Amino acid sequence: MRRRWWLAVPLVIFALFLLAVGWRLSAPPDATVKSRLVGRAMPEFQLPAATPGRPDLRSADLAGGGPKLVNLFASWCVPCIAEAPVLGELKGRGVTIHGIAIRDAPADVAAFLRDHGNPYRRIGADPRSQVQMTLGSSGVPESFVVDGRGVIRYQHIGPIMPQDVPTVLAELEKAG
Amino acid sequence: MIAEAGLAALWLAAALSLLQLVASLAGPRVPELRRLIVPVAAAQGALTLFAFLMLLWLFLRTDLSVQLVAANSHSMKPWIYRFAGTWGNHEGSMLLWVTVLTVAGALLALLERRLPERTLHATLGAQAALALGFFAFLLLASNPFARLVPAPRQGLGLNPLLQDPGLAFHPPTLYFGYVGLSVAFSLAVGALLTREVGPALARTMRPWVLGAWVLLTVGITAGSYWAYYELGWGGWWFWDPVENASLMPWLAATALLHSISVLAARGGLRTWTIMLAVVAFSMSMVGTFLVRSGILTSVHSFAVDPARGSFILALLALYVGGALFLFATRVGTVKEGAGFDIVSREGALVLNNLLLSVILGTVFVGTLYPLLAEAVSGEKLSVGPPYFNAVTGPLTLALALLLFIGPLLRWRRDSRPNAPRIAAPLVVTVLAFAASFVLDPAMSALARLGLGVAAGLAVASLLPLAGRNLRRTPLATWGMVISHLGVAVAIAGAAADTAFTEETLAAARPGETLAVGPWQVRLGSVVPVAGPNWTAVEGRLSASRGGRTIDLQPQSRFFSDPPTETNEAAIRTLWDGQLYAVISGAEDGGRWQLRLWWKPLVTLIWLGGGLIALGGLLALLGRWWRGRRRVREPELAYA
Amino acid sequence: MRAAPKHQRLALVLLAMAALVGAALLAMWGLGDRAAYFRTPQDIAAGRADVGQPLRLGGMVQQGSIEKQPDGVSIRFVVTDGPASVPVQFRGITPDLFKEGSGVVAEGRLTPAGVFTADTILAKHDERYMPPQLGNQAAELATRQTLDR
Repeated sequence: MRRRWWLAVPLVIFALFLLAVGWRLSAPPDATVKSRLVGRAMPEFQLPAATPGRPDLRSADLAGGGPKLVNLFASWCVPCIAEAPVLGELKGRGVTIHGIAIRDAPADVAAFLRDHGNPYRRIGADPRSQVQMTLGSSGVPESFVVDGRGVIRYQHIGPIMPQDVPTVLAELEKAG
Repeated sequence: MIAEAGLAALWLAAALSLLQLVASLAGPRVPELRRLIVPVAAAQGALTLFAFLMLLWLFLRTDLSVQLVAANSHSMKPWIYRFAGTWGNHEGSMLLWVTVLTVAGALLALLERRLPERTLHATLGAQAALALGFFAFLLLASNPFARLVPAPRQGLGLNPLLQDPGLAFHPPTLYFGYVGLSVAFSLAVGALLTREVGPALARTMRPWVLGAWVLLTVGITAGSYWAYYELGWGGWWFWDPVENASLMPWLAATALLHSISVLAARGGLRTWTIMLAVVAFSMSMVGTFLVRSGILTSVHSFAVDPARGSFILALLALYVGGALFLFATRVGTVKEGAGFDIVSREGALVLNNLLLSVILGTVFVGTLYPLLAEAVSGEKLSVGPPYFNAVTGPLTLALALLLFIGPLLRWRRDSRPNAPRIAAPLVVTVLAFAASFVLDPAMSALARLGLGVAAGLAVASLLPLAGRNLRRTPLATWGMVISHLGVAVAIAGAAADTAFTEETLAAARPGETLAVGPWQVRLGSVVPVAGPNWTAVEGRLSASRGGRTIDLQPQSRFFSDPPTETNEAAIRTLWDGQLYAVISGAEDGGRWQLRLWWKPLVTLIWLGGGLIALGGLLALLGRWWRGRRRVREPELAYA
Repeated sequence: MRAAPKHQRLALVLLAMAALVGAALLAMWGLGDRAAYFRTPQDIAAGRADVGQPLRLGGMVQQGSIEKQPDGVSIRFVVTDGPASVPVQFRGITPDLFKEGSGVVAEGRLTPAGVFTADTILAKHDERYMPPQLGNQAAELATRQTLDR
């Protein structure tokens, strides 16, 4: 039987395809959108309380005091549940955390805090994502480190997981 | 408990697929194992189906303790969307994929009688290898039954915009098509292993390919109409990677369908048919991979997950690479098929296959070129309709011209002068081509040719019926005729859309009138309206032509959760075309932006697609019917 | 007329090869002047774009640059990437996320006068971040509206 080299042509084409696709998988384009507000002052906003009987959140609350973490969350958000214990731990280490509840209902927020703990000092409700958009945030959860003068120092995209705690603490330290 | 039962069934099915693979590998030497293959395949199909039903149940009950349900469903959703939510996400759709794959394997194991046992067992081994890989992917990298502790209060819900009945049933239609092709793939691999390639293989493969092809045709046609009415851009095919991902397997399946008929009828084109069977399913997997991995940006892309992407890529490399390696090393030793003349039915089908393959090749290159270019030169670019239209348009017309003569030719050799028979369609083509100059001197050459060829093909497609007793004509022949007529109708629609569409874009105050084609469209008023989770501005348009007036109410909708804006096009279908209106929500000094199209004969595109699918369905039914009769007749002879 | 089976196989292989080469050549010819290259205003300032060549221009819509034209459906605006900027004209309905300061990709061509004439405008937000578990629907929705292609 003669060798029929042409029968291997499809295999060669497929190998080329694998190479191209493998390259793309190994070097995926950066898909996160960083807020352009990092290094700038917090935009002004006044948000009503997310649940009745708890303090509301205004940008003025962020301008004074020491460094703090502003956490965007929602009761309907699954990664936020995963993040909740880590926020609790940060609170235990003395970090001031304010919350912004995105597109949420008061009763749902109250239930979320009851089930997963309440690490927040103040929680503002952002039912139409307006503040979220001004902040340049595109998803939940996201967190911002704000320094004592109300300037945004750092943005953390996605849930803060245990392995992210040192970074976040270091950023809070720097902002202080 | 339901989730755990589903998960257990999946693990068990995965174990069975391993057993099936081992049994078919050892089968030739160990008869005890050989006897296991068929029952194991059946049990595996049943178990996977059970797992899928469990997931369906979890979604219908909105069991929020299951992570997948929590992330994709909501108890307030209408039941139909909770139902469709099962496969409206990555894990669920992969489970659906595996379910269809194993159920198809079970059906093949239970129903197939024509194939030599050796080849059937090798085929079921290949099918088990396919299933095993996807089971591993499901269980290790995308478990649909993972629990969420603690359970959230309420699910996230499928976005209201995605709550569209078309969208709910579009993916499964394509999946059934893709997976139908997996049977052809396994049959090809099985035949390569046993070197038994012949008419029996083709007859076994044909119903699977035909069924898959019908579903793909339906899926592509419906997807095209969905994009047409939902996106509000007036276009019906955007050459988006996801569209191409479904078109490429369809092109390969179309070629395969035609080469199978040569193999079934004449025993020819063996190597080529095996090749196409491998390519058709490979294209399905490549397409699914490209969509799922988010490697190419597209309308439908799912979130990119490199780990999952790598997993599917590894599977792809294993299966497609393995099959192509087997092809390269083994197919040379497959026995030669029967020869034929250049001018013969076979010759025409070879040409058909070559043209379809070239179209497939150019679509494949165009879809992946941005990736290649960036990998090689770092240059970012995109390939869009200008390329695809310029390259595939003329090839499609060449394919249509081939249809004038192909179905009339005899098998093996044809010296009969066919000139008088194809004279009629040629005359019609020339007349229609000439008429296009009278209708519109400024039409593009491609559209003009398209109209001419479509008119001719409409006549030519009916010629195989000429001189036949229509009652006694087999259903399969009717199917072929109707499918080919559908091609003519679809080409006519596409050419008419290119040639005759009139578009008007203007800002208008209420009370103003705009002209589009033969229509005078008056913007009566713009009123606010509200739906369950959106508010909208609605334009009240009245369009008149001659004495006839119709109303159109395009909307621009604002959703609050999440904040988004969409345009709901208003489309009115008339016998001679569609009137299509879009309004923009942005008001500018009392004026509203309106975009109006008058699209004569555009509905022919989807009518043609429907006819193509209908033809396939008739052929499938006809073959099934004859197959049954053939099985029953010997029994009658005994009685 | 009728070839021996052996020759026939060879002929078919040659045909298949010809089809393969033909498809490759056709694709190369088509891609030569029809692929739209992605360019930023800086690339254009550096002369990395020819007049009349299909392009995708990416950047930010400069603050205060959107000018509506009297016909109500045409706009002019400036796309900038910081150091360089390019004036753009467009006729049509803009996507809802198209506003000053937002990211944009315009598909079209550069005119000899240095103005970019856009056929399509895509507000750029399909690259936005979404947590993996939540990403699917939202990303699907977002990309559906402004098909990045």
